[in-house]
Amino acid sequence: MSRTLTTSTTSSTATRRNKAAPSTTPPGEPRRVGYLYLLPALLVYGVFLLFPLLHSGWLSLYEWDGLSVGTWAGLDNYVGIFTEEGALASFGHVGVLVVFFAVIPVCIGLVLATALHRIRVRGLPFFRTSLFLPQVIAMVVVAVAWQQIYAPDGALNEALRFIGLDGITRTWLGDSGTALFAVGAVGTWVQTGLVVVLMLGGIGKISDELFDAARLDGAGVVWEFRAVILPALRKEIGVALTLTVIAALRTFDLVYMMTPQGGPGGSTTVPSYEVYYQAFRAGEVGSAAAIGVVITLLAFGITFLITRITGRER
Amino acid sequence: MRNRSIAAFAALALFVIPACAPGSDSASDRPEEKPASEVQTDPAELGDVTLTVWDQEVRGGQEEQITKLNKAFEREYPNIEINRVPRSFDDLRNTSKLGLTGNEAPDVLQVNNGKQDMGSFVEAGLLQPLDSYAEAYGWGERFSDSVLRLSKYPDSGDQIGEGKLYGLPQTAELVGIFYNKEKLAELDLEPPKTWREFDAALEKARSAGELPIQFGNLEKTPGIFLFSFAMHRFGDPQTESELALGAPGATWDTDANRKAARQLLDWADANYLTRGFSGVTEDDAWEKFASGTGVFHVSGTWLTADLQEAMGENVGFLLPPPNNDQSSVTGGTGLPFAISAKSQNQDAAAAYIEFITSAEAMKVLAETGNLPVNEAGSQGAKGLQRQVFDAWQQTTGSESLVPYLDYATGSAFETITGGVEQLLSKQLEVPAFLEKLQKDLDSGSGGN
Repeated sequence: MSRTLTTSTTSSTATRRNKAAPSTTPPGEPRRVGYLYLLPALLVYGVFLLFPLLHSGWLSLYEWDGLSVGTWAGLDNYVGIFTEEGALASFGHVGVLVVFFAVIPVCIGLVLATALHRIRVRGLPFFRTSLFLPQVIAMVVVAVAWQQIYAPDGALNEALRFIGLDGITRTWLGDSGTALFAVGAVGTWVQTGLVVVLMLGGIGKISDELFDAARLDGAGVVWEFRAVILPALRKEIGVALTLTVIAALRTFDLVYMMTPQGGPGGSTTVPSYEVYYQAFRAGEVGSAAAIGVVITLLAFGITFLITRITGRER
Repeated sequence: MRNRSIAAFAALALFVIPACAPGSDSASDRPEEKPASEVQTDPAELGDVTLTVWDQEVRGGQEEQITKLNKAFEREYPNIEINRVPRSFDDLRNTSKLGLTGNEAPDVLQVNNGKQDMGSFVEAGLLQPLDSYAEAYGWGERFSDSVLRLSKYPDSGDQIGEGKLYGLPQTAELVGIFYNKEKLAELDLEPPKTWREFDAALEKARSAGELPIQFGNLEKTPGIFLFSFAMHRFGDPQTESELALGAPGATWDTDANRKAARQLLDWADANYLTRGFSGVTEDDAWEKFASGTGVFHVSGTWLTADLQEAMGENVGFLLPPPNNDQSSVTGGTGLPFAISAKSQNQDAAAAYIEFITSAEAMKVLAETGNLPVNEAGSQGAKGLQRQVFDAWQQTTGSESLVPYLDYATGSAFETITGGVEQLLSKQLEVPAFLEKLQKDLDSGSGGN
């Protein structure tokens, strides 16, 4: 029985070899044919992503108003980012937003997902969906809704007054001390749901035996979290951080809608807003392109670091 | 593999970075102008023409008037077809640069008057000067000088109000005082005709527990209106216009401007303005005024239709009180219609602009709830609209119109709105505020 099987396999291999014989190259060769399969995607990618990226890089080396002939500026536009108050401040602001968009949501997400997993709440799909909802709503709608909440007579101040905290009510979006944090908090609200869903998925994949083993060893909640959940969620944390950090870096709609024109005292300008302002309002296409290039490099660098750190164990 | 992709990148880079600069050198060849006598003013003689028109007349009454006028134009001149491309204001602003430099430039388009838009287009030679058309059609007689100068630029594009004419507007705008008639009556007050009466009304309103001035400055634009309103108390139209247009030698460091800036602070400190105004949106502010919160609302006549609909007979409009016998009022025109220098159908384009700004067109504009730039006084209108029409007629008749403060430089809008916001939030003192404005003025005039 086993013998017949072997022979039939060998014979079939033989026939396959025979069939392949007319072509003198091994299967998959020449390797260059492979690029043919890549070509359609590469073309689309090249035309819509690589070319514009290189084009921006080229524009960033000129001082150009978008109309008349540009003049060669070398790296002046890049130097400008670090010497001009406005541009540099916008990168500082986006740093704050990264904390609100990425760091806080990931922390909350981890805790919340662990709790949801441990307690095994009823109606988990419902909570999961409602936590994820902010991701589905268009940012513009989110911005307008939160603008109302933060208004001087809005829900937040009303709630604070109701519980007797009149002292800390303020014009959240109109105060240069609070505007950026107010916008950031909305980012946290939007991103947390995404992170929770990612983490829940990750925890679900952990084998129950691991939890049982940990509990047999007498691990409490904290120890279980550190020894079982955290290492297992490494990849999910990496994905969550990548997505949320990029969301923070490219924030535009939220800031543009909630605090028009860079907010009180220019306290909420972000690099993407600067790109828009420089290119379409100030007529400094070169500076705009330079800021765009820097955002791209920054996003690239940070995601590279994140994947390097979280993906080390493979 | 890696080496090869690097090589591919390098090849691509070589392909993309030829040794040339972006943009085209169109500034060296200025658009040609022909004498007025060669202008064909009868569109019927122009043969079959398709005119591409980019406009931003997309809201309520604007949409209605332009559709009506386009239809009437096509009916009168069947040989001309209008290809209308409507866009929102922001959308139009963001795309006109590309449109004018592209190969299929529109024939007619609305261009924002500011230096950053019309000025830079003129500098790049992208717009057709309209002086010979103005002569052929007699636009100088129909339009007030204070209106026409807002569409004038020299070839260098750096000084609005001088040089050649590049566009004609259909409509007008004024920034004045809307008031709630019932509230004034409750407070036993007449609509204020002097600044003293205005002060008294504000104080009386506040002590009666009413909000004196409804104001929302989250977008920062209303701040520039309130500041220019305060400037009218201490200034005169001539000096204020020079500042607004960025005329050489104009200076912010004057007694009048210091008083105006302090006036703004006084209003805020006396609690005459909405609590937390820096976090209230412009739209929320007028909606609250319309629903009965606030005795006065300083804003533009673009609110006329909305306020009349919401408040009916209960709302009135006033021009800013005069400074002694000198009246000044901030205002401007709707976006002027200009002709692309690349247009092959410039005579037809000019005939179209003539048509949509004619006396007949002004009637259509008034009927559809817009404020016509010419002959507003003789149009039939009631209530708030009547007051607004008469106010405009009075303004152009007395040459008291002061342009918006943001025409002076490309960055004036951001500088002044930002400055007023910081002044009101006590982050800038009055001298520092004026210094900031002066710095922008100096950097913007002569050059840029």
